[in-house]
Amino acid sequence: MTQATTDATLSYDEALAAYDPVMGLEVHVELGTKTKMFCGCATTFGAEPNSQVCPVCLGLPGALPVVNEKGVEGAIRIGLALNCEIAQWCRFARKNYFYPDMPKNFQTSQYDEPISYDGWLDVELEDGTVYRVEIERAHMEEDTGKSLHVGGSTGRIHGATHSLVDYNRAGIPLIEIVTKPMVGAGERAPEIARAYVATLRDLIKALGVSDVKMEQGSMRCDVNLSLMPKGSNTFGTRSETKNVNSLRSVERAVRYEIQRHAAVLQSGGAVTQETRHWHEDTGITTAGREKSDAEDYRYFPEPDLVPIAPSRESVEALRATLPEPPAARRKRLQSAWGYSDLEMRDVVNAGLVELIDETVTAGASPAGARKWWSGEIARRANGEGTDVPSYAAQLGVTPAHVVELESLVTAGRLNDSMARQVWEGVLGGEGAPTAVADARGLELVQDTGALDAAVEQVIAANADVAQKVRDGKVQAAGALIGQVMKEMKGQADAAAVRELILAKLT
Amino acid sequence: MTNEIITSSAADLAARLAAGEISSVEVTQAHLDRTSAVDGAVHSYLHVDFDGALATAREIDTRRAAGEQLHPLAGVPIAVKDVMTTKGLPTTCGSRILQGWIPPYDSTVVAHLKAAGMPILGKTNMDEFAMGSSTEHSAYGPSHNPWDLERIPGGSGGGSSSVLASFQAPLATGTDTGGSIRQPAAVTGTVGTKPTYGGVSRYGLVALASSLDQAGPCARTVLDTAMLHEVMAGYDPMDSTSIDEPVPAIVEAARRADVTGLRIGIVKELTGEGFQAGVQQRFDESVQHLVDAGAEIVEVSCPSFTYALATYYLILPSEASSNLAKFDAMRYGLRVPPEDIDDPSAEQVMAATRDAGFGDEVKRRIILGTYALSSGYYDAYYGSAQKVRRLISDEFTAAFEKANVLVSPTAPTTAFKLGDKLDDPMAMYLNDIATIPANLAGIPGMSLPSGLAPEDGLPVGFQILAPAMQDQRLYAVGAALEARLLHAWGAPLLASAPDLTAVAKGTSR
Repeated sequence: MTQATTDATLSYDEALAAYDPVMGLEVHVELGTKTKMFCGCATTFGAEPNSQVCPVCLGLPGALPVVNEKGVEGAIRIGLALNCEIAQWCRFARKNYFYPDMPKNFQTSQYDEPISYDGWLDVELEDGTVYRVEIERAHMEEDTGKSLHVGGSTGRIHGATHSLVDYNRAGIPLIEIVTKPMVGAGERAPEIARAYVATLRDLIKALGVSDVKMEQGSMRCDVNLSLMPKGSNTFGTRSETKNVNSLRSVERAVRYEIQRHAAVLQSGGAVTQETRHWHEDTGITTAGREKSDAEDYRYFPEPDLVPIAPSRESVEALRATLPEPPAARRKRLQSAWGYSDLEMRDVVNAGLVELIDETVTAGASPAGARKWWSGEIARRANGEGTDVPSYAAQLGVTPAHVVELESLVTAGRLNDSMARQVWEGVLGGEGAPTAVADARGLELVQDTGALDAAVEQVIAANADVAQKVRDGKVQAAGALIGQVMKEMKGQADAAAVRELILAKLT
Repeated sequence: MTNEIITSSAADLAARLAAGEISSVEVTQAHLDRTSAVDGAVHSYLHVDFDGALATAREIDTRRAAGEQLHPLAGVPIAVKDVMTTKGLPTTCGSRILQGWIPPYDSTVVAHLKAAGMPILGKTNMDEFAMGSSTEHSAYGPSHNPWDLERIPGGSGGGSSSVLASFQAPLATGTDTGGSIRQPAAVTGTVGTKPTYGGVSRYGLVALASSLDQAGPCARTVLDTAMLHEVMAGYDPMDSTSIDEPVPAIVEAARRADVTGLRIGIVKELTGEGFQAGVQQRFDESVQHLVDAGAEIVEVSCPSFTYALATYYLILPSEASSNLAKFDAMRYGLRVPPEDIDDPSAEQVMAATRDAGFGDEVKRRIILGTYALSSGYYDAYYGSAQKVRRLISDEFTAAFEKANVLVSPTAPTTAFKLGDKLDDPMAMYLNDIATIPANLAGIPGMSLPSGLAPEDGLPVGFQILAPAMQDQRLYAVGAALEARLLHAWGAPLLASAPDLTAVAKGTSR
């Protein structure tokens, strides 16, 4: 296919000098319910195409939808976590348009009666600045099927010889979370957009209602952007960049669209209201469907479903199930664990918060937990292209193993280097720490006779060094300690050796 | 023997089957033979399932012989309107666009019939997607009224009404969105009930207008209608709008046929002007019969009914325009590649298929509905219609405070001639003026014969309406009236219908 011509862009600094960006983010989250929103079909990702379908989600004549209560619960919990009002009474609505991957040629969605509305989410940026994102609404809808365009060079419909449709995804519950227009972000707009999506992702993950995997499409982001000249309060014409599906892409797409809009406006042109396609590889957007105000989805209340009127009691019961917000929880844990900001950020980025929390709860020290989970195992996980929690689960290594390892050190059975060897054994599948230490014969020598003999022998063999220590150069004892440790094959407590040498020489 | 079987009521057949006096195979075969003899002239069926019906009949006979406890209607055959999905049997809704589609699942109603052990004889003709009052909008040609083959059998359920009136089946199913069970019953001298909305599952009924559609029973007697109603009805978790309450005691009400002390309201707006003289005359006589049976008459007024037709023709097309969007050639049914386009897009195939697959009446209503839902027009059309719908509902509620049931003629006229109103949609729509209010309010209604109009000798229907979930009142009143009329006539009305076997030989197609 012929790629649409690349649009002109203005430099980011120039763009921001002349214009203020206005952003709106629409995030679709697939709920992780066992069954679809309006039928009993399974929702397993990656199943054989069209193996998870039935008359309802295929839109066969005569089939009728029935609301999945778990889907409504998930929607309400997301609404509550976003500080939204929960509707006393709301309905589904039909959004009518024709598309081959939409079985009924209307999407069962919500229109002017969303289940949740008027909320907010505080987003913390890298430097600690907090930006409040106002939430317009979070409504329920169903996903469409997936089209696979065959024969074109890019997988897009243009140039394809034919298309295949997989309806497994059709009818999977979606929550669409729409922000109010975000103004005043200025040059930090791309950063805020990314932080908002990241915060939303963590929040929804903590709720346990979705796996929010952007790479698998269970969380998808559309970026609406417009510019207004500095000093103006009138929003410009917006573009809607669809399917921006990674945190990095969200940031880049906002940045790119600011630069593109600015170039159009600077040259005296008018921004076209249209959808844009995001190209991950090149980092640019290209024009998609032109969107005019004449586009008309002919929404009307879905007559096949009865209204949803969650009782206030049920809403409060769901509110009680909300977990501590991830940001607040991180702050609390950081303070309890005594980690520095940098240490905490590393732990968060490595996805270790849960493991460390479990390990500390099981009895390990916060420092020990961090040390063991972020050392050798992290290096190995990285090598396997996975993260520590998944890797540990795969190996069968648990917080209890870390607790046991640390207690072996505390009890004086192992020194640090022996503990590292034991940990390698644990990671190598040799068993629990004590068993590994036993099997490998790793144990600090407690026999003072053997130690005494070794010290005597080393002093005798290094008379000149011993003399220096006698003369008051205590730091010279280090060489003797090393010799003794070597003699003891590492199985001695270095502190005890040092004490013994000094006692003999001073 | 055969003639005696096919003119029997379902209740009689059921009793004789249970007593072992007759087999289901005999009963089913008799009806299939009748179809072979007369359906060339009547054209009630779009599809006849000779083998399937007989297989079910044999199975029921075997189970009965083994001493198994069976449903009261087990072995009694039935015809199913082609709007209900039947696993393995074609379901076209009278439309070209569903030609060749074999549903992979049974509608809940059909599942109930199968569970009861009722052999399914075939699928009955209908106006395309139930849009019409005459079956003339069927893509497969109209059905004919057994009283006069030049006349309409009503619609959309004219296949089901004519199948009963021509003795090809003792029972049939119907769906009623604005009168599609009651008006065909009226013009063919048969009985039909539109239950309370939500009383019978809509799962597997190909939707016309979701908020108005309701499946119901069709038969030749009030008791048969009640027995079939009971089989079809009941809560269905697959239909969100299904009512989770016990089915009213309709069969018992039909058997007791008691109207003593019942207040019967005559709706002022649904009588008099605009109603054919003979229709009005038979209606008045029936009201007198009910007074004689111990009922009390009150007059009620529902002024908003004047707007019912207009309201209906905004709500129905709006919902239909969306419900029919799924017929797009992508997954099932007809697929027509556009002419003169090489390598057409999916949208072009959709457009060409819908153009070729839908008839004019369907297109008319899709266009009306699409317009009514458009932004800028929504409030004025769909929004206003919903408000009037509420008014109509409120007026029913008020009327039912004065009367236990309401009555009217079912249709303003007797059966008109095929072709008479085909070019005048408004005249066609007006035929449903008395039946539509019940659909807008979701209340139950029944039509039963009140005699023949003196001026044309054609059947006249008597309509009874009751409050929601009070369907049993229809049967109490209907059975009481039927008993008095039967006594007055000395024989069922249909006994005076023409002998079709003689006619059929001449007009066999």
